[in-house]
Amino acid sequence: MTMPLSELEPIIEVIDLTTHYGSRKILNGISLTVHKGEVMVIMGGSGSGKSTLLRHLIGLEHPSSGNIKLLGQDIRNMTEHDMTQLYRKVGVAFQSGALFSSMTVGENIMLPLREHTKLDQKTMEIMARLKLEVVNLAGFEDLMPSELSGGMLKRAAFARAVIMDPVLLFCDEPSAGLDPVVSSSLDELILRLKDALDMTIVVVTHELESAFRIADRITVLDKGDILTIGTVDDVRASDNRRIQDLLNRHFEEEILDPDAYLARLTGESEALFSQV
Amino acid sequence: MLSPDRPFPLFLQKIESLGRISTKWVNSLGFGTSLLYQSVFWICWGSRRKQQVRLEAIVSQMMEVGILALPIVSLVSITIGLMLAIQGIDALKDFGAEHQVTYGVALSVVREFAPLITGILIAGRSGSAFAARLSTMMINNEIDALRVMGINPVRFLVVPSLVAMMIMVPLLTLWADIVALLGAGLYITTALGISMGTYIGQTIAYLGTADALHGLGKSFVFGILITLVGVINGSSVTGGAEGVGHVTTRAVVHSILALILADLLIVFLLTR
Repeated sequence: MTMPLSELEPIIEVIDLTTHYGSRKILNGISLTVHKGEVMVIMGGSGSGKSTLLRHLIGLEHPSSGNIKLLGQDIRNMTEHDMTQLYRKVGVAFQSGALFSSMTVGENIMLPLREHTKLDQKTMEIMARLKLEVVNLAGFEDLMPSELSGGMLKRAAFARAVIMDPVLLFCDEPSAGLDPVVSSSLDELILRLKDALDMTIVVVTHELESAFRIADRITVLDKGDILTIGTVDDVRASDNRRIQDLLNRHFEEEILDPDAYLARLTGESEALFSQV
Repeated sequence: MLSPDRPFPLFLQKIESLGRISTKWVNSLGFGTSLLYQSVFWICWGSRRKQQVRLEAIVSQMMEVGILALPIVSLVSITIGLMLAIQGIDALKDFGAEHQVTYGVALSVVREFAPLITGILIAGRSGSAFAARLSTMMINNEIDALRVMGINPVRFLVVPSLVAMMIMVPLLTLWADIVALLGAGLYITTALGISMGTYIGQTIAYLGTADALHGLGKSFVFGILITLVGVINGSSVTGGAEGVGHVTTRAVVHSILALILADLLIVFLLTR
C-alpha cells in the first residue's frame, strides 16, 4: 500500500451507520471507507458490534439509518435482482464455514458456478480443484464437510468464497477456535489471496495477533462506536485508554509474554486452592 | 393506576398473551402466503431471472418424499382398508346391510381416509425432515451463505420441495386408494363370499370421477400445507440442537393440525 489512501478507489463506504435491536443501540453512527486492494480488519471484543457491522456490510441486515455503498452501489436501495448481481462480485467466508452438509466439498465449491454460469461440469470441476489447490485442500473434493477438521472447513469455505474470483472478500472470525499453527496458516492464506487475486479483504476478528499480521488498516470497535481507524502501528501507538485496555488484556500478556500469562494463571489457581 | 412496580392484573396478562399468540399466527400466515407467492414466482419466472428451479433438485425431493415413502404408505393403507372392512361389516350386519359395505369403504377410503392418512404420514416423515434440515441450515449460517452467493433460498430450497410435494402427495394418495381398497377387498370377499372381480366391479361402479378428484384435490392442498408449515417452523428456529428438535416436533403437530382443519373446511365447502 504505497499510494496515499485518498488516491485509492473506495470499495466500501459506510456513512453514519446506526442500528438497533429493539431499543438497544448496537452500532452508533459508524463511518468508514475500505479502499481497493487493502486488508481492513474490524477488531473488537465480544459485544462490540463487529459481527453486526459485517452482517450489514454483506446485506444480511438493514440499518436503522445510514448508508452502505459496496462497489459504488448503495445497497439499501437495491432490488433483490441487483443484489444478486452484486453478490457475484463478493465472497463471504463465514465463521462456521457454512458449507452445505448434504453436498461434498467439491459440490459446495462449485455451487456458485453452477448457479450463476453456464460452464460445463468438467470446467467447473477443474476450477474447483484449482481453488482447493490455492487453499491447500487439493484432493479433498469428494469428502463430505463432516469429514473435515475445523481448519479445513474454514479453508474450504475460503475456496467457495473465491470461486467466482470476487473483487471483495469478507471473512468472519477466520482464526476463531483454531490452534495457533492453523490460525497462522489461515492468515497466510488471506495474504496469499490478496496478492494472487488482487482482492480487497475485510476481516472481522477478535484475535489481535492475527489482526496485526494481516491488516493494512484496523478499525477498532467498542460498544458500537469506532475507537480508531489506522495502520497497525497507529493502533499500537494509540493513547486511547479503551484501545490500550483491549491490547493489554488480549495481546501483550497472552501473546507477547505467554510465560508471564501462564504464571499469573497458575499463581491465581494456586491461591484459590489454598483458600479451600 | 398501573405502575412498573405493581404486577400486571391477571386478566390483562391473559389478554396480552392472547394478543401475542394471535400476532404470531397472523405473522406465520402472512409468511406462508408470501412463501407461496415467491414459490409461484420462481416456478414461472425463475428462468427469466437466470435462476431457474433445478429439475434434478425436484426429482431428488420426489424420490425422498414419494418413492421412499411407498412402503410405509402401503402398510398403513392396507391396514386401514382391512379395519374399515371389518368395522363396516360388523356395523352393517345389525341392519342386514353388510353387502353395502363395499360402497361405504370405497367412498370413505377415496374421499377421506387415503388423503388424510397419507398427508399425516408425509407430514411426520418429510415435513419434519424438511423443518429439521432448514432449521439446521439456519443455525449453521447456510441460509445466509446462500443469500450472499446470490442464490435465493426460496428458489433453491423451498420450491423443489413444494413441487415434489404437490406431485407426490396426490400420487401417493392414489396408491393408498388402490392398496386400501384391495386390503378391504381381501376381507370383504372372504367374509361375504363374493369374488374379487365382483368386488372390484362394485367399487368401480360406486366411485365417480368426482370422488377421486375430491380426494386427490385435498391431497394436493395437503402437500402445499406440509411444505409451508415445515418452512415456517424451520425458519423460526432459535438456539442450537435443542431448537432444531423443538421446531421439528412443532412442525409435525402444526402440519397435522393444518391438514385436519383444511380437510374439514374442504369437506364443509364441497359436500354440504
